[in-house]
Amino acid sequence: MTVTIFIPRDAASLALGAEKVATAVAGEIAARGLDARIVRNGSRGMFWLEPLVEVRTERGRVAYGPVKASDVRSLFDAGFLSGQGHPLCLGLTKEIPFLRQQTRLTFSRCGVTDPLSLDDYRHYEGLKGLEKTIAMTPAEIVAQVTDSGLRGRGGAGFPTGIKWKTVMEAAAPQKYIVCNADEGDSATFADRMIMEGDPFVLIEGMVIAGIATGATKGYVYTRSEYPHAIATMSEAIGIARKAGILGSSVLGSAHVFDMEIRSGAGAYVCGEETSLLNSLEGKRGVVRAKPPLPALQGFLGRPTVVNNVISLASIPVIMDRGAEFYRDFGMGRSRGTIPIQIAGNVRHGGLFETAFGLSLGEIVDQIGGGTASGRPVKAVQVGGPLGAYFPRALFDRPFDYEAFAAKDGLIGHAGITVFDDTADLLKQARFAMEFCAIESCGKCTPCRIGSTRGVETVDRIARGIEPEKNKALLADLCNTMKFGSLCALGGFTPYPVMSAMTHFPEDFAPTPLIEAAE
Amino acid sequence: MNMYLAAADMAERSREIAREHKHLEGPLLPILHAIQAEFGYVPEDAKPVIAGELNLSRAEVHGVVTFYHEFRDHPAGRHMLKLCRAEACQSMGSDHVADRVRQLLGIDFHQTTLDGAVTLEPVYCLGLCACAPAAMLDGEVYGRVDEHCLSEIVGEIGR
Repeated sequence: MTVTIFIPRDAASLALGAEKVATAVAGEIAARGLDARIVRNGSRGMFWLEPLVEVRTERGRVAYGPVKASDVRSLFDAGFLSGQGHPLCLGLTKEIPFLRQQTRLTFSRCGVTDPLSLDDYRHYEGLKGLEKTIAMTPAEIVAQVTDSGLRGRGGAGFPTGIKWKTVMEAAAPQKYIVCNADEGDSATFADRMIMEGDPFVLIEGMVIAGIATGATKGYVYTRSEYPHAIATMSEAIGIARKAGILGSSVLGSAHVFDMEIRSGAGAYVCGEETSLLNSLEGKRGVVRAKPPLPALQGFLGRPTVVNNVISLASIPVIMDRGAEFYRDFGMGRSRGTIPIQIAGNVRHGGLFETAFGLSLGEIVDQIGGGTASGRPVKAVQVGGPLGAYFPRALFDRPFDYEAFAAKDGLIGHAGITVFDDTADLLKQARFAMEFCAIESCGKCTPCRIGSTRGVETVDRIARGIEPEKNKALLADLCNTMKFGSLCALGGFTPYPVMSAMTHFPEDFAPTPLIEAAE
Repeated sequence: MNMYLAAADMAERSREIAREHKHLEGPLLPILHAIQAEFGYVPEDAKPVIAGELNLSRAEVHGVVTFYHEFRDHPAGRHMLKLCRAEACQSMGSDHVADRVRQLLGIDFHQTTLDGAVTLEPVYCLGLCACAPAAMLDGEVYGRVDEHCLSEIVGEIGR
């Protein structure tokens, strides 16, 4: 019987040498005349073990990692094709604690299947949600999404069902589904992993959104920094079109839906939904004032659903398993699961999908295993470049929308960057302002000019020039940016700055000026 | 990629590209991407042509081109090296890596080596945050960039 070997094609796996490993494995198969085939799957999301090579055995899939090309010969010698022992053997994949502790709903197939095999997709419950949707009325679909409690996974946390209802009820000859795949926050890679590891789930989610709202055209707006995701997504759209999932008769029904992928051009602010829409229309990615809401006047002035990749990719399981099934996970007003992305200076970095409610400490210390450098954790930034820096004293925070908002933070797209004790939080605050200055679209003065003034003020604090006065000035500037900016870029840049200053005052009280001593 | 076309040929090719894409909804970014893929940058001579095809003003096209970091107004080197400078990479020492790269190549960010071999650009997140620091050379990604990895990258550039 042909043995199946899985070697990921995820960009992070490729960055760690998966291509060389695949070449070496193919070479050994040919040289030894073995009956084996290689499947290039997505990543399981355990990046300290990548490239993670798996072999399908009678006991289940057995994992080996992290595999280097130079390890491949010894793997074959040890009999890894039948799941035999080797220093790199990790046992059964599903028994690896990092995976076993997860609740994988949105990412159930990611890393398991060949991302471009529709047979695989169907075999692992794919298209069941869409099949059920086709038999339902738009109002029933929207009600099910609303009942599931799903909130926008891009960061804002707006209830997805309410957004869909607005678009469903808007009368227009043409409506759109726009997938926000402009995943620019540092420490986030969940969107990329879905697009590279299970693109059909995003397509299915978008088709369902189209049927629910009466939109017949969809766009995935992603980043030019994600060439692998663009390639896989484009190929998947072609396959779905051929298979009748997209086109003039969705799965043989009377529903029409088609979609295409578009690439941004290196502007962080285009992750904000209104600047994304401007960019998609071919304009400068400048933020629009709301109202009008994109749900009523979005792409080309027509009713448009703008949803994050993870929101849309969570739809198929909600439609298949039911609103209650999904809602039963989570806490408070944060229902369902969230793919937490643990990154930066961390031992076990990766994607951990789980119900809302874990504490920050559990995520960083137990799941993440502390720092990669082995030094103490000093701070974690939650929610990307616009997220707050949390000290250890706040590690008891449960991971949910409200708990973080109460502490002047946000969970954003659920990325967590870990810093060890060598980090200088004044430098991080300066970077937050610098990044805002580089990426500001220029529409709002507090963001456009305040960010540059912010960098200068932090520099004065660093040089010991009237530190108390400048700290007060920085706090005042942050307040102006927070309340005087239209979008989250200017409005939330104060979070990392103020949290750094509040929780790490020692970094803002540097040694006295050298010039002063002279 | 053809960087040595005469201005008239460049305008003509730009017109072809614009016509290929103008049926799309929101065609300007796809056109600019295609033009940069063709010439390695967005030439000044392409702007009035695109403006004419899309019934826009030259100022509007210029405004869009200059808004996005990705679009270049002059050709890059034969290789493009992007180093991630965002927080997750910072936490793993990307500033040190950046210093080392600048030293090895003798150029700063946004510059091209004198022999035209490589252009160095910063990038804010490649989505490789759990294997930081990250870099991208001509679309090939590298994670956990260290001395060994850097010598491999510099070797590729030398080819």
